[in-house]
Amino acid sequence: MTTAAEPGQEVGKGRLRKEDARLITGRTRWTDNISLPGMLHMAVLRSPMAHARITNIDPSEARQMPGVLAVVTGADLADKQGSLPCAWPIAEDMKSPDAPSMAVNQVNFAGEVVAAVVARSAAEAADALEGIDVDYDELPVVLDLEQAIADGADLVHPDLGTNKSATWIFDSAEAGTGGPVDEAIASAEVTVERTFRQQRLIPAFMEPRSVVVDPTGEQVTMWSATQIPHILRLMLAMTLGVPEHKVRVIAPDVGGGFGGKLQVTPEEVITFLLAQQLGRPVKYTETRSESLASAHHGRDQLQKLTIAARRDGTVTGLKVELLADMGAYLRLVTPGVPILGAFMYNAIYKIPAYHFACTNVFTTKTPTDAYRGAGRPEATFAIERMMDELANELGMDPLDVREMNWIKHEEFPYTTVSTLTYDSGNYEAATARAKELFDYDGLRREQAERRQRGDTVQLGIGISTFTEMCGLAPSRVLGSLSYGAGGWEYGAIRMLPTGKVEVITGSSAHGQGHETAWSQIVADKLGVPFEDIEVLHGDTQSSPRGMDTYGSRSLTVGAMAVLSAADKVIEKAKPIAAHMMECSPDDLEFANGTFTVRGTDTSTGIADVALAVFAAHDLPDGVEPSLDSDATFDPENFSFPHGTHLCAAEADTETGQVRLRAYVAVDDVGKVVNPLIVEGQVHGGLVQGIAQALFEEAVYDESGTLMTGTLADYLVPSAADMPSFTTDRTETPSTTNALGVKGVGEAGTIASTPAVVNAIVDAIRHMGVNDVEMPCTPMRVWQAIQGGAQSAAGPGAEPGGGMGSLDAEGGAR
Amino acid sequence: MRITVTVDGTTYSDEVEPRTLLVQYLRERLGKVGTVVGCDTSNCGACTVHLDGHSVKSCSVLAVQADGCEVTTIEGLARDGQLHPVQRAFHDNHALQCGFCTPGMIMQAIDLLAEDSDPEEQAVREGIEGNLCRCTGYQNIVRAVRDAAHEMRPGAGPEAERVSEATMGTQAGVHRS
Repeated sequence: MTTAAEPGQEVGKGRLRKEDARLITGRTRWTDNISLPGMLHMAVLRSPMAHARITNIDPSEARQMPGVLAVVTGADLADKQGSLPCAWPIAEDMKSPDAPSMAVNQVNFAGEVVAAVVARSAAEAADALEGIDVDYDELPVVLDLEQAIADGADLVHPDLGTNKSATWIFDSAEAGTGGPVDEAIASAEVTVERTFRQQRLIPAFMEPRSVVVDPTGEQVTMWSATQIPHILRLMLAMTLGVPEHKVRVIAPDVGGGFGGKLQVTPEEVITFLLAQQLGRPVKYTETRSESLASAHHGRDQLQKLTIAARRDGTVTGLKVELLADMGAYLRLVTPGVPILGAFMYNAIYKIPAYHFACTNVFTTKTPTDAYRGAGRPEATFAIERMMDELANELGMDPLDVREMNWIKHEEFPYTTVSTLTYDSGNYEAATARAKELFDYDGLRREQAERRQRGDTVQLGIGISTFTEMCGLAPSRVLGSLSYGAGGWEYGAIRMLPTGKVEVITGSSAHGQGHETAWSQIVADKLGVPFEDIEVLHGDTQSSPRGMDTYGSRSLTVGAMAVLSAADKVIEKAKPIAAHMMECSPDDLEFANGTFTVRGTDTSTGIADVALAVFAAHDLPDGVEPSLDSDATFDPENFSFPHGTHLCAAEADTETGQVRLRAYVAVDDVGKVVNPLIVEGQVHGGLVQGIAQALFEEAVYDESGTLMTGTLADYLVPSAADMPSFTTDRTETPSTTNALGVKGVGEAGTIASTPAVVNAIVDAIRHMGVNDVEMPCTPMRVWQAIQGGAQSAAGPGAEPGGGMGSLDAEGGAR
Repeated sequence: MRITVTVDGTTYSDEVEPRTLLVQYLRERLGKVGTVVGCDTSNCGACTVHLDGHSVKSCSVLAVQADGCEVTTIEGLARDGQLHPVQRAFHDNHALQCGFCTPGMIMQAIDLLAEDSDPEEQAVREGIEGNLCRCTGYQNIVRAVRDAAHEMRPGAGPEAERVSEATMGTQAGVHRS
């Protein structure tokens, strides 16, 4: 599985990670580990109500409690806190309510901050919350997407006059990329229509969010468990009106994010304001319960799809109508998440007519925003489920229907109906490899046998031939989507006099292994040892510019900036090396860290040049004494990893228990820098996607209270819930970046959810089932078998309903 | 209340509030921040340490309950610059990404291996069931634990981690090989 690298070449080698040494010994720098002289602790009071007017807050008792330095309410911060930023206004007429960090007059979801205490210790701050008395006047809750946009619906934000935030439409006939979809549907030999529910998920990174603000220096320094130190700095400046150059943001060790830490949080803003007010460092660390209730959620869409096809299986049109739950407010990129899906419903298929319409809807729930895949898992789920449903309608093998419609390897580059140009791919190769590893034909035979003998345990095969767009994103594309920033990334190289190298990156790792991968890349480029490279990131002081890490962008965008900076180092070194060897720069070749005079054995190493530059005693005229270089890289295109995932699931028809018997993932992420890291990303991604299929759901009760507010109720899977995976790769290099690489961070999550649900439906389809709503709990699977033909809402929807639906002991007993 | 606790080989004597959790005592009083808090319902296992040689979730133990006990944290595993075999196996098998669950996961894995010196895959999965990881998908963690089992020799690791025949009887798996 690992790619054999050439001797001396770092890229392609399964290097063990540099990052590990401190993480396996507990020498870690999580934000909550930070302790500063005079540091105070903040605790926040959150609304237990989903929708209510605040009629009175009495903090007087709290103010008298021991160790308490400050108690503030929304009224105290109203003039200073601004409105939390939304950087993605998807439409000119998009409705966007004010988003105060601390509620002033009204709360719009349960978990919203209504007051804060700063005290000497965390315990004293938490104790003092008891001394704050809040009176609420309840308002009607808005929980259901369809009811929210019905006539006469109760409104989350009455000032807006509607719960619709915006509607965003793409139509291939209007765009000139395809035909009119309604005609395709009207004239179709076959149409299939389905509605899928993308349940609400919670990112549930392992490290709860934490923030420390130190206002005692010339710059106010914020440490935060964030994916986006650079964006956070800018947004603090813009939200609070503090001068940008007076703010420094540091993301130290960050314990996972998955999009969940791609945010400017109320707690960051409140901590900043209170630290400034008190003139002392203040720390806030959320509890897990606070995190689950108030950190942004993901997914939560209602997807209505109509696919049109000919009897032979050729797809002729696809219509997608979405309702997307924004929750109570628009956070940093909330409105854009479902819109990212618009480019992915057509997936790997040649679809001649396509229409996408999404209506973003406010509810009185926790705001949604990016979660691993962000828009693309939803799209991939829906289209891959539809391909199975279409195959069933036509009586064809679902792989055959896919192959009939997918872009053939010789057709790349291929511009899709949704306007993206896929640079490369080979769906045939990935599928062939996956079928072979999976024993597709053998399992199909076993499935038929079990059907025939009426086995109580039925076997299903689920397919997902996915692609995704990653490397967010060419700036011009973001501009066309009204995104509030560019999609470039920054990198720099500092050549130290001893020949050691500091690499600065605007990417901000939180588990991805950038320190290792960037070292491998730079080691090859500059010909310096892997060990001689230090990667600096996550601090706006050392890494002054950046767009941070999300959307599988770090390697395909961030590392390209670093590479480009390294090229400049070589170019700067060249005239100096020529001067040192008394030759013309044109006669020099650079390889393996050494400049050689062409056709001779005269050479000088780049470390020697670095030392000569440091001394600067004898440089060519007009040459500055520095090799240091930086670069900003703006991608020309997304990258389009793809793959074929096959899942074999056994469903116990008597209990509804599902067991994953085999899972094969063949991914094509182009060239691979570090196969170990890639495999790890795939494993973790798979589990998050499988968890959506089988376990996880953020469930609200009828009063808008989150019922899955602890890790006992929100079912992040354990090792015992998961099988081992068979992973492999095919390699079709990207043609749009220097290394031929594609993103990998989200691939597993995007691909696996439909593979699992397709397998479950396939196992029990002969019993009249054509869908099981996620998560596919034993109760829901059983209910689907009993009721047939309908998605099974109702029983099993309660929190914890997913418990044990995947018992590795086996439903096969 | 005054408690006396030995943590990673050093003895401490402190006044603590009765409500103080062991993990709070470790982090806030002793500066043992290698041990982390991931939840508030003892589901995640990130705070796992050893109390008198057995793994406990230190968010579910009061500091006063540790009075007179010996505590080993992730910071006390490596001795004289030598990583514990389980630490090394986590590195060698790429069994961590963000690393937040890693201290607890390693402490739990060591406890598991003390009871079963050569666990099958399923036994590893069940043995670490109380420790959540959101990054790795567990596959490489399982591989690391089994790899460590094969690497470990009688008496491997620091003294505090060794399970004597006398206390564990025939269960003393680490001594079996």
